[in-house]
Amino acid sequence: MQEKPKVVITKTARRIESAAKDFAFTQADIPAASGLVASYRARAWDAFKKQTLPDVTLEAWRRTDLRAMPVDSFKLPADGAYKDFPSMPEELLKPLVADQHGGQIVLFPGGSKIDLDASLAKQGVIFTDFKTAQEKHPEIVEKILGQTVNVEEGKFAALAGALSQNGVVLYVPKNANIEQPLHSILWGPGANLAHISHLLIFIDEGASATYVHESASPTESSDALHAGIVEIKVMQGASLKFVELQSWGTHVWNFTHERIRVERDGNLEWIFGAIGSKLTKNFSELDLVGEGATGRMSGFYFTDGTQHLDHDTQQNHLAPHTTSDLLFKGALKGKSRSVWQGMIYVAKGAEKTDGYQANRNIVLDEGARADSIPGLEILADDVRCTHGATVGKLDEEPIFYLKSRGIPQKDAERVVVEGFFDPIMQRIPFEGVRERFHQAILQKMG
Amino acid sequence: MSELVIKDLHVNVADKEILQGVNLTVKQGEIHAIMGPNGTGKTTLASTLMGHPSYVVTKGEVLFKGQNILELEVDERSRLGLFLAFQYPVSIPGVTVANFLRTALNARRRAINKEDKGIPVPEFRKMLKEQMDLLKMDPAFAGRYLNDGFSGGEKKRAEILQMAALKPEIAILDETDSGLDIDALRVVSDGVNALMGPHLGVLVITHYQRLLNYIKPQFVHVMMNGKIVESGGPDLALSLEEHGYDWIREKSEETA
Repeated sequence: MQEKPKVVITKTARRIESAAKDFAFTQADIPAASGLVASYRARAWDAFKKQTLPDVTLEAWRRTDLRAMPVDSFKLPADGAYKDFPSMPEELLKPLVADQHGGQIVLFPGGSKIDLDASLAKQGVIFTDFKTAQEKHPEIVEKILGQTVNVEEGKFAALAGALSQNGVVLYVPKNANIEQPLHSILWGPGANLAHISHLLIFIDEGASATYVHESASPTESSDALHAGIVEIKVMQGASLKFVELQSWGTHVWNFTHERIRVERDGNLEWIFGAIGSKLTKNFSELDLVGEGATGRMSGFYFTDGTQHLDHDTQQNHLAPHTTSDLLFKGALKGKSRSVWQGMIYVAKGAEKTDGYQANRNIVLDEGARADSIPGLEILADDVRCTHGATVGKLDEEPIFYLKSRGIPQKDAERVVVEGFFDPIMQRIPFEGVRERFHQAILQKMG
Repeated sequence: MSELVIKDLHVNVADKEILQGVNLTVKQGEIHAIMGPNGTGKTTLASTLMGHPSYVVTKGEVLFKGQNILELEVDERSRLGLFLAFQYPVSIPGVTVANFLRTALNARRRAINKEDKGIPVPEFRKMLKEQMDLLKMDPAFAGRYLNDGFSGGEKKRAEILQMAALKPEIAILDETDSGLDIDALRVVSDGVNALMGPHLGVLVITHYQRLLNYIKPQFVHVMMNGKIVESGGPDLALSLEEHGYDWIREKSEETA
C-alpha cells in the first residue's frame, strides 16, 4: 500500500494589535453610589479592568472587528452637558403606541426628564431614571440589578455595569395591567462622548405592560460610544411587550448586553428595530425559566453605507413546555454588513419545548454582505426546534414584473423590499412602530 | 387610433437569433392571434415587446403611438398603454394584490402629475370590487400576496384583473390558456371579452386553438422559426386544428 503524502498545515495566528488599546476611563469615573449599587459597580469595574477589548479571535467577535475604534478618545459627559448640544427632534417624543403615553423619560447626556401619569403612580408603578431610583426606590433596584446580565460576560457588560451614568427603572406591581404604553428615549448627541446606560425592568406576577425604548442621536463628525445593559424580569403569569428602536448616528459604536428572564406562564413580545450606528454588537438573550413561559423575538434591520450591525441572539429553554419564536429580517445596501448569530439552547429536562428561529436577509448592493449563522444545542428529549437562514438578492424577475405594470425601477425595488419585511410588520401590534419602520425603509431606499 | 407596428424585428437570446424578422401590425379594437408550435419564438416576441432585459433586439423597430418603444424603459411602455399578461406570472411575497394594484395605478397618475396624492381609497376599492366581481373573484383575493401560492387559474385571473385595472390600449396575452381547466378558461375569456371594445387591441399568443373558441380573433398568424409565415382570418386557426402545422411548414420551406 502506498503511503499517503503528509500534509503539514502551519497555522499563522492573526495579528491583533488592539489588545494593547484600552479605554481611558478611570476609577474616578464611577458614579457615586451606595449600598448594593456601589458594590455592584465595584465588581463591574474589577471585571472591566480584568478584561481586554474583545478581538476577532473570540468566537462571538469573529465577524466584528473593533480595531478601528478610537477607544481612548471617549469621555463621559459632565452633568448638564446636554445644554451644549442640539436638542432632540420633537418627533421622537410622539407616542409610537396608542394615542398617548402612560409615562415618558428622556435621558440626555448629563441629565434627564421624567414624566409619569399620576394614575399609574397611584397604582404603584415606578417609572423613573436610574439615578432617581437609586435614591428613592433602592429596594426595586436591588430586585433586578445584576440579576440577568453578568458583568463578567464581556468587556462592554462590565463597562456599562461600572459606569452607567443613567438608565431607566420600571416596576409594575403585581396584577397591575398597564394599558398606556411607557416610552423612554436615550438621546445621545455629542462627538467623542461615551453614553452608558442601564435599563432595569421588573414586571411583577400577573402584571402586564408595554414599554418602548429608543436610542437615537444625530450623526456627528467624530466617533462616539454607547454601551448598555438591559435587564428584565417577567414574573409568573406576567406579560411584557418590549419594543427597542435603535437609530444612533453613524458615528456611534454601539454595544449592548440584554437579557430577559421569563418566569412560569410569563409572556414576552420583544421587538427590535435597528437602522443606526456605525457598528453594533448586540447580545440579546431570552431565558425561559418557568414552565409555560413564552417569548417571541422579532427583529428588523436595514443598513447602508459602511454600517456594521451584529446581533447575537440566544433563546434559552430552561424549563419544560416553554416556547420561543424568533424572526429577524434585514436588508443591506452600499458596503454595509450584518451578522446574525442565533442559538436555541434546550437544557436537560426542558421537555416539550418548542423553539423556532429564522433569519432572512436581502442584499441590495453588490458590496453589501450578510452573515447568517443559526444554531441549535439540545440536551432534552421530546422537543421541537427548527431554524432557517437565508441570504438573497433582489431578483430581476419580480422587478421586471412590477415595471411591466408601469411602476418605475426605484419604486419597484421599494415594493419588493417592503414585501420582504411584511412578515415582520405583521408581528408588530403597533401602528406607530410599523410606520416608523416604514419610514426607515423609504429613507434607506432613497 | 393607437397601433402597434412591428417592423423586421430580429431578437437574440443568449447570442442565438430567435426572432428572424417579424412584421405585424395590431390596431386598437382588433384581436390578433399568433399560433405556432413550441419553440418558434412566440414568448420571445411577447417578452421583447414588453422589454425584458434578457432579450436583445439586433434589428428592426417597434412603433407604438408613433414612438419607437424599443428605446423606452419597461415601465414607460406600460404607462404608454402596452400590457403583457404573463404565461408564468412571478410571485411577489409580502405585497397584496390590492396594494400592488394601487401602486401601479398611482405610478400612472404620478407620471402625469408628480404632485398627485394617489387614487382615493374609496374610489380604488369600488373599482377593485367591480373588476373582481366581473372575474368572479373572491373579495379575500385582494388581501392575498400577489401570485404567492396562487393556483394556475388564480394567477391568470389576477393577470386579467390587472389588465382591467390598468386599461391598456394594446394587450398581449401570452399563453393565457396554459394550465387552465375549461371552467377557468371560460372565466378568463369572459373577462377578456368584457374588456374588448374599440379602445383595446389584443394580441393572443397560443399553442392551442382551444382558446380561440372563447376569444375570437379577426386575424390569425402562424409563427415558425422566428417568423410569421402565414396570416389569415379565423378559418386559418380551424384548418390548423384540422391539419396540424406540417402543411404550413412545407409551404414555408418551399417559399424559402
